[in-house]
Amino acid sequence: MKLNMSISPHVRAKDTTRSVMLDVAIALIPSIIIGIYYGGWRAALVVALSVGSCVLCEFLYDKLMHKPNTIGDCSAVVTGLILACNLYSTAPIWLPILGGAFAIIVVKMLYGGLGQNFMNPACAARCFLLISFPSIMTSYPALDGVSSATPLTALASGEATSISSLLLGNHVGTIGETSVIAILVGFLYLVIKRVISPRITLCTVGSAALFLVIFGNMAGLDVNMGFMTTQLLAGGLLFGAVFMATDYVTAPVTKWGQVIYAIVIGLLVAFIRCFGGSTEGMSYAIIIANLLTPLLEKATKPKPFGVRKETAK
Amino acid sequence: MLANRVRSFRGGVHPKGNKEMSMDSAIEMLSPKGEISYLMSQHIGAPAVPCVAVGDRVLVGETIGKAPSFVSSDICSSVSGTVKAIKPVPTSSGDDVTAITIENDYEYESVEGLGEPRDYEKLTKEEIREAIRSAGLVGMGGAGFPLSVKLAVKDDTKIDYVIINCAECEPYITCDYRLMIERTEKAVLGLKAVLRLFDNAKGVFAVENNKPLAIEALAEATEGSERMIVQPLKTKYPQGGERLIIEAVTGRQINSKMLPADAGCVVINLSTIMATADAVCNRTPLLTRVVTVTGDAIENPSNFEVPIGICARELVEAAGGFKQDLEKIIFGGPMMGASIIDLDVPVTKTTSCILCLTHDEVKNLEATACIRCGRCMDACPENLMPLKLKDLADKRRYEEFEKLGGLECISCGSCTYACPAKRRLSQSITAGKREVLARKKAKK
Repeated sequence: MKLNMSISPHVRAKDTTRSVMLDVAIALIPSIIIGIYYGGWRAALVVALSVGSCVLCEFLYDKLMHKPNTIGDCSAVVTGLILACNLYSTAPIWLPILGGAFAIIVVKMLYGGLGQNFMNPACAARCFLLISFPSIMTSYPALDGVSSATPLTALASGEATSISSLLLGNHVGTIGETSVIAILVGFLYLVIKRVISPRITLCTVGSAALFLVIFGNMAGLDVNMGFMTTQLLAGGLLFGAVFMATDYVTAPVTKWGQVIYAIVIGLLVAFIRCFGGSTEGMSYAIIIANLLTPLLEKATKPKPFGVRKETAK
Repeated sequence: MLANRVRSFRGGVHPKGNKEMSMDSAIEMLSPKGEISYLMSQHIGAPAVPCVAVGDRVLVGETIGKAPSFVSSDICSSVSGTVKAIKPVPTSSGDDVTAITIENDYEYESVEGLGEPRDYEKLTKEEIREAIRSAGLVGMGGAGFPLSVKLAVKDDTKIDYVIINCAECEPYITCDYRLMIERTEKAVLGLKAVLRLFDNAKGVFAVENNKPLAIEALAEATEGSERMIVQPLKTKYPQGGERLIIEAVTGRQINSKMLPADAGCVVINLSTIMATADAVCNRTPLLTRVVTVTGDAIENPSNFEVPIGICARELVEAAGGFKQDLEKIIFGGPMMGASIIDLDVPVTKTTSCILCLTHDEVKNLEATACIRCGRCMDACPENLMPLKLKDLADKRRYEEFEKLGGLECISCGSCTYACPAKRRLSQSITAGKREVLARKKAKK
């Protein structure tokens, strides 16, 4: 009889990195379905190319660097899905491929792979594409054959979008961001499955609302009900608050760190939208807040159980 | 009396209980067939020193190992017979420990006065303490801290809680559960004896609420008592951790540099309080204990009362032996127990369970990169950052490790259990903690 020896504990919880990533992927499905419903086969193609590019790049990178293959953890799939959700369905086919490659190789693998990157790969890739190809990244698809502006560009010319349209998603936007209902279904799934705590998302949206009022008034914008609902429910704000700001790797792990991080994101997105040249700004807000993560964690480390201030060093 | 609010602590995990395997099997007395072997170190502190010689005849209840210092414990023979050998033997911890082997003569001739009933109320506090000390009582939940040391607090009047730790939060183990429902009165008697030492203390049986029968039995047995209550606790691992059960019951928190007495508490494991009742009221030192023999490899999972020193193999055979090939045997529970290399080892004062598993679920687990999901932090009852502590321990950055609270870790394993990347967090942190403590000791 040969017995195994190991140090306790001798049991483990069921969840694995892969199951966690698959849960995030499942939570993205409603948004992607809505995107494909409005964007048609082109949207499906963008999703497929983005995911394919991410997974293939990770596979090739591991291979070339003689590292163990890591695509089994499914994190590249999630990056691909989130990146696709950030693109318009009319994007040229090379755009998701390039974006996926940038996200995986430059942002993730070069820094040491899963868990080591300091910016959200999908978010950073979107910013990279926005800076490199501004005209392509902001050329909106025509909805029902009628070309129109996104709710946020329409708002800039004083036109608020109806709440029902924002909820259902039948307006111009990137593949994943249009339907509030679809995003909230994904959010609920993640919270119920305890993949994320609602803390970051709620603080981000709350902070964005607060600072939109403050900065909107400072910038002399017409801050009314329509302004607020369109600002909060359209564009990348809600999608980013649910799926990108909550990224484990790039958000703080401490409770108060998460709160401050989320408030910073809300502040930045409101600032960019009210004073900046872009009507969007969520991706920039997130990657800037990502950079604060190590500092926030240091400043907000939890007090160990039973250790009082006077006894702690 | 039953407290009506269920209490608990922050953090912890919910491993599968698996207690149903053995929880309905009543405690069976098991007489040893083979030799009896007593390790001289079954407790925290200095090993006991043999006070018999090879060839001596010893009786049941005779002291065969003497505590050489305050933090140590006596060891008594649980059988009568001849001392066959006194020599170091290898143990699961990796250290060799001196063991006294006794050839059982099956006559069970006992020392004079063994088992004589006496009334704890007529004993002085000193007599009670001496009875506990000479009985070789130690924490039987696993830690093995000598009870006499635990009870030697600076100021008896400052103790306002005597907590009987009946959480039994480790999966599989049911020995304390069976004792609670089968020998409820004895538990209450033991607590009463200890309460004699602390005039201002309230006695609390703290039981996880997955044991409703035990809660009911204890509540009934303490009905009408002004000094004893039953406190139901949430079923959550590691509810039985000393610091956490203190917090759950009293709301007070202690850290690694404090003792329970600093929070006005004395915490005693349920099996230990049973043995205390015997020591004080029946003049019987710690001779036997109840051991759960369970796991999916065991034919008939059981709870046995066995003499300390019996060979573990005898318990497995009494439980019907193995029904399948097995991969792992654990002394204790799956969260904190130690895996053993073979069954020919003696049961000690702290052996609560022999867990035999057909499948070792951690054998091929490959640890992958940390995704910083924070589950280890949610699980950590000590409110630490296991992900960072593991990193610091692995890199031997001990100063930062200590600064981040590494020494507060209670090695409960919750972080490792919760980690989706299957990283061995508590293992690294425990190793780091040991290293830091060893270095501190060397400096002194």
